[in-house]
Amino acid sequence: MIMAEKTTAKEGSGKLVHLRIKRQDGPGKDDTIRWEEFKVPYLPLMNVNSALQQIQKDPVTTAGKTVAPVVWEAACLEEVCGSCTMLINGKVRQACSALVDSIAPGGEMITIEPMSKFPCERDLIVDRSRMFESLKQVKAWIELDGTHELGPGPRESQESQEERYPLSRCMTCGCCVEACPQYSDASSFIGPAALNQVRLFNLHPSGAMHKNARLESVMGEGGVADCGKAQNCVEVCPKEIPLVDSISVVARETTKRMLFGWLLK
Amino acid sequence: MAAKSTIKSEGGKVRRVIVVGGGLAGLMTVIKLCEAKVPVDLISLVPVKRSHSVCAQGGINASVNTKGEGDSPQVHLEETAYGGDFLGNQPPIKGMADAAPGIVYMLDRMGVPFNRTAEGLLDFRRFGGTLFHRTAFAGATTGQQLLYALDEQVRRWETTDVTDEHGVSLPGEKMVRKFEFWDFLQAILDDKGNCVGCVAQDLKSMQIKHFAGDAVVLATGGCGIIFGRSTLSVICTGTAAAAVYQQGACYANGEFIQVHPTAIPGADKLRLISESARGEGGRVWVPKDKNEKRAGKDVPEKERDYLLERMYPGYGNLVPRDIASRAIFQTCFHEERGVFNPTTGKNEDEVYLDLTHKDEKFLRGKLAGILEIYEKFAGVDPYKNPMKVFPAVHYSMGGLWVDYERDVKGSLKIGSPRNHSTNIPGLYAVGEVDYQYHGANRLGANSLLSCIWGGMACGPAVASYTKNLAKSALDLPSSTWEKAEKKAQAEYDRILKQNQDKKDTENAYRMHQELGDTMLRDVTIERHNDKLEKVLAKLDELDERVKNVKSTDDSPRVNQGAQFVRHLENMLVLARVIAQGAKNRDESRGAHYKPDFPKRNDEEFLRTTLALHEKKGAIKYVRELDYAIHGAAVHVTDAVDTTLVAPRTRSYEQAGAASAAAVGKLDPKSQQSAGKGA
Repeated sequence: MIMAEKTTAKEGSGKLVHLRIKRQDGPGKDDTIRWEEFKVPYLPLMNVNSALQQIQKDPVTTAGKTVAPVVWEAACLEEVCGSCTMLINGKVRQACSALVDSIAPGGEMITIEPMSKFPCERDLIVDRSRMFESLKQVKAWIELDGTHELGPGPRESQESQEERYPLSRCMTCGCCVEACPQYSDASSFIGPAALNQVRLFNLHPSGAMHKNARLESVMGEGGVADCGKAQNCVEVCPKEIPLVDSISVVARETTKRMLFGWLLK
Repeated sequence: MAAKSTIKSEGGKVRRVIVVGGGLAGLMTVIKLCEAKVPVDLISLVPVKRSHSVCAQGGINASVNTKGEGDSPQVHLEETAYGGDFLGNQPPIKGMADAAPGIVYMLDRMGVPFNRTAEGLLDFRRFGGTLFHRTAFAGATTGQQLLYALDEQVRRWETTDVTDEHGVSLPGEKMVRKFEFWDFLQAILDDKGNCVGCVAQDLKSMQIKHFAGDAVVLATGGCGIIFGRSTLSVICTGTAAAAVYQQGACYANGEFIQVHPTAIPGADKLRLISESARGEGGRVWVPKDKNEKRAGKDVPEKERDYLLERMYPGYGNLVPRDIASRAIFQTCFHEERGVFNPTTGKNEDEVYLDLTHKDEKFLRGKLAGILEIYEKFAGVDPYKNPMKVFPAVHYSMGGLWVDYERDVKGSLKIGSPRNHSTNIPGLYAVGEVDYQYHGANRLGANSLLSCIWGGMACGPAVASYTKNLAKSALDLPSSTWEKAEKKAQAEYDRILKQNQDKKDTENAYRMHQELGDTMLRDVTIERHNDKLEKVLAKLDELDERVKNVKSTDDSPRVNQGAQFVRHLENMLVLARVIAQGAKNRDESRGAHYKPDFPKRNDEEFLRTTLALHEKKGAIKYVRELDYAIHGAAVHVTDAVDTTLVAPRTRSYEQAGAASAAAVGKLDPKSQQSAGKGA
């Protein structure tokens, strides 16, 4: 097919994309932190991901030094897997959906850094396992009896599906916790993503049967009460999940549980 | 005789099975194994929540027949076999079609936010190759929602203790241990050739380590990255399949690569616009005037050529993918009638996919996920403008050969250790990496189904295999593991060190681009033997040049450069299997189309292509295979089991042609003409 030739042939435009990237060799190796600059050929419909791919093909800095190519996480390249989250011009987002034409229309320099709230593994790769551990803490699942045939699930109104579906699109990408002033290695705050999961599963008829266990998992230290209401999370969520609403719903429910829970015991 | 304990080895270790890959097929296999009380080590290249299944958009097929159209699993079976141009073994397809409604109900119980009808029931939409509303969906991110549901259940198993025969918890042992950011390197085979574990590499520390297991399941997905850019995630290089193929696993029907008709061109990826866009009423067209300068939305209705509706009135925009892709290719490439671009003065390789005639609220409810992708990546509002799309490599029908056992009803016999077994005993394959279920062309929304159903068949098969092993793999002498680790380490060291001091070395990423360009140009929609010859010669050349690759990175941590060299070497191996298979098959069937041999030839080619690795650069094609499970010999041939739906000519001009037998409207003449290889 011809599509290959169209965008992979040497582009005659001569236009270059200018990148400035923060690098680090490994966890704890703060002494290796450095900035390197690269100029790579511009391609039509280019995004930051494809700019980083160009470095792999010719890993030479603007200073003329051959270096190891920058490493970053990538998988789907269509903003649905959450892998390539990083700071681009100071804003946390996915590299795949950061189109060069819109962030640097006049060939401006693009600054790229790893997320700051997680330990750096190398260059732009960070360890986000804390977020996945939080999903265990809040029991973000339905307590299924088994995968054998037990007939359909509970009926659900269109309205309820329309409420649950957007909450269920969280990619565990880390944008919300990166932007959250309360979330850091010095605090145990669980963060907006996991709290949203509490709301999501408590909305489902079968999930609601274990509602209290989920609420109790976020009632103590590091729980929902630690939210500082900065509302940054909802601003940066690439899937536009109503995180602030989710946090207030969970806060309200936990308060109710704290005030009246003992009555039901 | 089976080992004394199914839980612990004689040495007192917890017996485990290794599942490689955490997409839908891998996760479903894990869940089934856990339910059968088999603990699992789950190895994955990426956190399983980021597996490629997440990209599936449109939905999952199940003949629940909630619209009162007379749909049934029998019709689903027939349309799948017919859509696959009769190359798929029908008993596994029957198993899948029969199980589909139960699978969708199970997912519903797991909390998948499927779209609903006004009455609160599951909603279903149309997909390609059928006239029935058979596809359950969650907006246009169904794969994501299904993957998350299974990921959540597996996470629950991660927190569950292993228990012994008496139900007593074993401290510190969880049913699932996850190893994410690990790359599969090799299967470990014992002296008798049984698979007893694998070697993998931690992609952060680069440590190479063995995993002992009573069986290994590969659920490692497709290989579309061989074609450079495709609709696949960058992790889908097929490296694990290529590795075990070189260790003796048979690779089947490699030449059958699905090209999806509608994707958005891009510099790094060709992003899919789901078939559900057409299932919900989307129409494909080009302007009748090939020099049309107006924007798509300004071209009046009567000046548009709705090419699929014109060519295939029976199924229109919902013909199967191979047919739609060929029609678009014909229009753009041969007739040069692709959308005209006034800036370049050229007819681009693009057609319109138009949803602008549909109500915006309707579209947001059902297709927002994909329309967002178009808006984000193409920068144009698809609610107001027809989208510009072109075909892209999407799915591999071929893959590792896997067995099945047929039951008395002609279905797949659940619990047989043969199901999903490769020809290496103890090595299983499931999901896109296997070749089962889709024949020569996969129908839309059958992939999520085949992954989950595959896991439901593979899990019990593996459990039955391991429970009847005379001895656990964990009791093998430590030299078994040391030898395997040493060999893998030596391979990795070679990649790290080779050509480091040399000048004029090759760059693996640039070489990958060359490979991709070659494969994309000559081994996709149309295949010509002379061009395939050239592809094979090019692969010879690349096989030589790859020896001259120098790893761009020598770091002891997160060394993606060296890892990519390994993947590239493996991609070259599978590329040959694909290209040589295409060359050998002188007929046209499903996704495999040779203009010089435009017809299907059942007499010569109604058979599975079985490829075995002979040596670097040489493939041995065989007509039969022998292997043994628990010492019992299994002999299979390349014959396709078509006993449930008799082969007939495949055509989509007439409405209902694909389901004619099941609904009792089969024209007896059509059956005759095809069975004999028209």
